[in-house]
Amino acid sequence: MRIKDPEELTIPPDGKPDREQPRWRRDFPIDWQRDDFVTRRDFTGFMVLTSLAFSVGQIWILIQNFLLKKVGKPPIMSIVDKDKLNVGGIIIFKYPNEYSPRILVRVDENFFVAYDQQCTHLTCPLIPLVETGRLHCPCHEGSFDIRTGEPLAGPPRRTLQRVKLEMRGNTIFAVGLEETRL
Amino acid sequence: MIAKSRFAHSQRMLIVSGILCIVIILVVLQMWLFTATMSAFLNGDESVLIPAALVSLICLSLNVGLFRYLYRLER
Repeated sequence: MRIKDPEELTIPPDGKPDREQPRWRRDFPIDWQRDDFVTRRDFTGFMVLTSLAFSVGQIWILIQNFLLKKVGKPPIMSIVDKDKLNVGGIIIFKYPNEYSPRILVRVDENFFVAYDQQCTHLTCPLIPLVETGRLHCPCHEGSFDIRTGEPLAGPPRRTLQRVKLEMRGNTIFAVGLEETRL
Repeated sequence: MIAKSRFAHSQRMLIVSGILCIVIILVVLQMWLFTATMSAFLNGDESVLIPAALVSLICLSLNVGLFRYLYRLER
């Protein structure tokens, strides 16, 4: 008669021999050793699925980057007449599409600057404080330098995207977007 | 009926625990890589996108290989 391998035997939680176990346990035995193994193996499978999700995310970023390049150059768009904007004045406009709000600020007599109106932290709308030279984010008390768009305080770490401006006659035009930098 | 493995139970448990630890470390690495790549992408820095995607795919293939090994353990 073949002696069963101990690995193949069900070990009851109380460690007593099989004949001393209640009927229900003899009818529906659970191999706890194997159960431990399968549980860990299945959890490993779940982690591999998570790994797959991150890889898909990386490829999604690559595709988004490719699609962004395909859009081509942004259009040239008139924003406002220079004389209609006083020093310290602001204009909100959308460029290059209706989903991208931008803010144009006249910092001094001859210095105009336009940025993405959304904070680079969690996209809250920015409030220009020209007298202190800052663009302020009220959500988490972040602020950016109004002349460069660089983060000065609070949680934002990325520079604001800047809109390229051009003066044609007395009118200010948006002619493109500057590459943001680290 | 349980198939006979070439490893004893205690050895199999050690192997599955070790592989699980390695897989978790690789997944944490991928998570960090993903957030760093997303941040670089939003900053307009394209130079890291392809290397990061390649490293992430290498991590995924390692994880899949280790997972397949776990299934083969019982054969």
